[in-house]
Amino acid sequence: MASDTKHLEMTLETIVESVNLAEEMCLRVAEAAGFGEDDCYRIGMSVREGVINAFHYGNQERPEKKIYLAIDLTADKMIIHVLDEGVGFKLIDVPDPLAEENLLSTSGRGIFLMRAFMDEFDVVSGKTGGAEIVMSKKLPGPGSASPNGRGGQNATPQQEA
Amino acid sequence: MSLHATHRDAGKVTVVDLSGRIVLGDGSALLRKTIRGLLADQRKMILLNLADVDYIDSSGIGELVSGFTAVKNQSGDLKLLHLTKKVKDLLQITKLYTVFDVFTDESAALRSFN
Repeated sequence: MASDTKHLEMTLETIVESVNLAEEMCLRVAEAAGFGEDDCYRIGMSVREGVINAFHYGNQERPEKKIYLAIDLTADKMIIHVLDEGVGFKLIDVPDPLAEENLLSTSGRGIFLMRAFMDEFDVVSGKTGGAEIVMSKKLPGPGSASPNGRGGQNATPQQEA
Repeated sequence: MSLHATHRDAGKVTVVDLSGRIVLGDGSALLRKTIRGLLADQRKMILLNLADVDYIDSSGIGELVSGFTAVKNQSGDLKLLHLTKKVKDLLQITKLYTVFDVFTDESAALRSFN
């Protein structure tokens, strides 16, 4: 890890309250890092969705399992890791929530939102054997295309033809 | 900020005024309870006023869809009023903006149920 990288991590219980706690903590880091309101919203939402995913799908809402949240603040981006103690999953197996047959599904939009709101997004096999979500957003700064506006590369609303 | 919900009757339509966040936990649960309660009272024409809802996560979206489906299954209708920009953007990127009937004027929304 580069010496100018700031690292923060916390272990969360598998309870609903952990979702708000994770969101609040990441928002504080994002605001301190200089992200504008819109990007903070997108980062906060992505963290919520990552922890909801760990809480519900990864840990199956089992209270004896933990959720591990880590934030790396590098010179050019904020990287967020959310690790669960489930069995893991592959992105290719996640149904497309925009497919006609899934539009009225009552779940399954979390991964899509994280992908849309962050600049980089991936799911890897974590050290616990569970899924580790790794997502990042470029820090705002001089030369930044839109420090306070657009989200990830996929954030453009998709209008019906 | 937790979710608050009150409702008022406008003829055969029930307007539900929501404020706060519709998110995993109490917010989603309250929305579910409110819609299910109205259906139990045979109030099947529902207009959700989201003017003071500035945040919805995937659980909240799921609850909106669940409510929409439950109302439709009872031959009713559930429509949305006064979306904030964030909520509108969220419904657009999830393609749900084309599923729900969305209004910016309450009178027009009420007339649309006829």
